[in-house]
Amino acid sequence: MSVIKAENVQKTYNETKVPVHALNGVNLTIEKGEFTAIVGPSGCGKTTLLNILGGLDHPTEGRVEVADTNITDMSDGNLIDFRLQNIGFVFQAYNLIPVLTNKENIEFIMLLQKQDKKTRDDRAMELLNQMGIADKADQRPSELSGGQQQRVAVARALASKPKVILADEPTANLDSKSTATLLDIMAKMNAEENATFVFSTHDQRVIDKAKRIITLEDGVVISDVTR
Amino acid sequence: MYLTLAWRNIWRNKRRSIITIASITFAVLLASFMRSMQLGSYERMIENAAGFYTGYIQVHQKGYWDEKTIDNSMVQDQALIEKIESIKGVQVAVPRVESFVLASFGTKTKGSLVMGIDLEKEDALTKIKSKLIAGSYLGINDKAVLVAEGLAEYLKVGVGDSLVMIGQGYHGSNAAGIYPIKGIVKFPVPDQNNQTVYMPLKKAQWLFDVDGRLTSIALVVDKVQMVDRIIAEISSEVDTEQLEIMGWRDLMPDLVQGIEIDNVSGRIMLWILYSVIGFGMFGTFMMMTAERMYEFGVMMSVGMKRIIMQWIIVLEMAMMATIGVLAGIGISLPFLIYYHNNPIMLTGEAAAAIENFGVEAGYFFSLQASLFYNQAWAIFFMAIVLGFYPIYVIQRLKPVEAMREA
Repeated sequence: MSVIKAENVQKTYNETKVPVHALNGVNLTIEKGEFTAIVGPSGCGKTTLLNILGGLDHPTEGRVEVADTNITDMSDGNLIDFRLQNIGFVFQAYNLIPVLTNKENIEFIMLLQKQDKKTRDDRAMELLNQMGIADKADQRPSELSGGQQQRVAVARALASKPKVILADEPTANLDSKSTATLLDIMAKMNAEENATFVFSTHDQRVIDKAKRIITLEDGVVISDVTR
Repeated sequence: MYLTLAWRNIWRNKRRSIITIASITFAVLLASFMRSMQLGSYERMIENAAGFYTGYIQVHQKGYWDEKTIDNSMVQDQALIEKIESIKGVQVAVPRVESFVLASFGTKTKGSLVMGIDLEKEDALTKIKSKLIAGSYLGINDKAVLVAEGLAEYLKVGVGDSLVMIGQGYHGSNAAGIYPIKGIVKFPVPDQNNQTVYMPLKKAQWLFDVDGRLTSIALVVDKVQMVDRIIAEISSEVDTEQLEIMGWRDLMPDLVQGIEIDNVSGRIMLWILYSVIGFGMFGTFMMMTAERMYEFGVMMSVGMKRIIMQWIIVLEMAMMATIGVLAGIGISLPFLIYYHNNPIMLTGEAAAAIENFGVEAGYFFSLQASLFYNQAWAIFFMAIVLGFYPIYVIQRLKPVEAMREA
């Protein structure tokens, strides 16, 4: 069962005098429960592809389906709702809300989904336990290490039980130990919750952990290997 | 959690928030003082004029106010006075006979206002007993007068001297008499202090040959806000073809107009002050918005609706405005209460200069509730209007662009 389907996705930026073709006809399908890494050199279009798959940006050409819904021409307002219900994001710079505690950061997504307080509490604590940072629940993100913050970010992404989690260079700011811990946790969540992960990365440690590797170059898929 | 988020967001940049809140506090403080002093002066002027002379409502023979002659006096109707006094909110109805005479002592003569008064009721209105600075108060059978201090000074008379008065009585009759001065009274309102002579009502009626007649009935009421209702009630009880019932605004049109004109300048100053503060607040809100563009982008990415973000931002602004307004009112209130009870009175040349304009020389402070809630509304209104900037920015925000540009 496919969670993401991209057909001939193209993206051209016309913000400069010379148009920049970031994606030149990407076709891919990602199945439920996959642990996929999108790799390639800087500027090959990884982040652009992730943004389009996540409904943060619209393709210039082509069609994108997420969870059996065509999001290609969806309005910005509808996309916000769609992302809330279907997509979890993990960013390179964690991007937690600094004034909320770690637990509140996780709860926040569920609050936006209008889940009740008990459900939010239970799920947030469950995720914090799974991430191994339950004792940090009432601390602010700034009191945590980068690796711990990223674990909170992953927990936040998982909190809404999305169809797919898109992670843009999630380990770029982490040291080896934190990276290993985070990858283990994500692999565990992938196995236990059957969560679908799609990473953009050029971190070899992530690539080694991925079950499927899609390589981009100059905005096109040049290889797609499942291990 | 949205409230928590907004509250904590305010304190993310403590220094900036404190400066913004302090500027609002200072504005409210300054505006409260300025307006309190201005409204206090108006209240004092009205109070002086109404409380020392006209009362808040007067009843006369129709046409008396336009042509204040003794010929336009009305019948002294005790039943009417009692009926008026039975109306809720009326403390006392004060009967008077007033007319102008020439008052003379030695070689000095001055046009003066003779007020024939009900000795006890008049005291309820003008507190005349407490204004006595020399001699003693009149007795009901005294054929004597009290002279206002300014007039006494002009005529160079004192207690025990006799005042010669000559004027015109009812229907052209001669009004003349010689009256010993039993006391000197001092009023803060210069016009009143420089020309008034008081005598018992019966003696004034005899002087002006208006036995059984009055020129006016002045009313003391519980609250100035009751004036309109009381006028309506009196109007329904009396023949309005014969009598006119006037409120303090009609009795003192010049004062009301003067206050209105002066009030405009006060409001202009206030809006200038608000504008300065408004620009300061706008600067803060712009910074708050600019430095959180990335965060807005992230929030929108993870599924936060624009309207919620906008709501949180407006909440932050409203909270800062509330803190500033409450602090401003909180700080100003004790001072205003103190100065309301202990006005700053001027003395010497400064006082004389101000008194020349016919007003009491001092700074008086008002504690009208509107003074405070108007500040609150003005600041809130400003915060909400300025809140349109971040609302607009968020409305146009595209998450990818916001994150990339930040």
